[in-house]
Amino acid sequence: MERRASRREFLRAAGSVAAGLGLGSTVSATPARATPAEMEEAIRKVVGSATITPGRVKLDLPPLIENGNAVPLTVDVASPMTGADHVRAIHVFTQKNPQPNVASFHLGPRAGRARVATRVRLADSQAVVAICELSDGSFWSASADVVVTLAACLEDGI
Amino acid sequence: MANALINVPPRAKRGEIIEIKTLISHTMETGFRRTQLGAPIPRDIIRRFACVYNGTEVFRAELHPAISANPFIVFSTVAAESGTLEFHWTGDNGFSVTQSAPILVE
Repeated sequence: MERRASRREFLRAAGSVAAGLGLGSTVSATPARATPAEMEEAIRKVVGSATITPGRVKLDLPPLIENGNAVPLTVDVASPMTGADHVRAIHVFTQKNPQPNVASFHLGPRAGRARVATRVRLADSQAVVAICELSDGSFWSASADVVVTLAACLEDGI
Repeated sequence: MANALINVPPRAKRGEIIEIKTLISHTMETGFRRTQLGAPIPRDIIRRFACVYNGTEVFRAELHPAISANPFIVFSTVAAESGTLEFHWTGDNGFSVTQSAPILVE
């Protein structure tokens, strides 16, 4: 009787210790992830109070990504790129990377064509958003959903 | 230490839109990773890239940790006059690299 009680107590104690450890390790192992709300906030910081209209921007990303460490990304904006009507900037954001900002590209009429390409890191399956700012002050956007098999940013270093 | 590769067409027609590709070797350490002992690895990234065409800035990019290691950037510009294109990369820990490429516009 006495022995059984102590065994139960021991298991209970062990269980709570394990739970404590588990909780502790998830807290330390999970890097800070941005949330969609944080992406909204980051977008607002760039855009201000202007309205963002979907369209005119073409965001090209592979839909299924094997390695999130180097994902080819192309943003193409339909614009004549003249002095009166051109793309001023292209901003890229992600939903669930540790930081929502990816890059900002500043162009002008001398770019000739509003098209930029680079390679990005993606930490999770998520939505990627590209926003372009035109010379008339309007903002246009495009979004792409991607599935990432091997996430970037999370593996340990040396 | 840093190797930069730039692809600019050596000659172009006046008014032609040319595509420029740049690649530079850099780890782009995000600052979000940890060593196996749990110590955070400090951030070390390129923050800014700019292309200057005969003294006029024609393209600029602000980079964040979400850009892959060895940043690869493709953009375009109008071949306006013969001269040089200068490329500047600047970043954390005093990182600064400048390279230039000549262009002949006919």
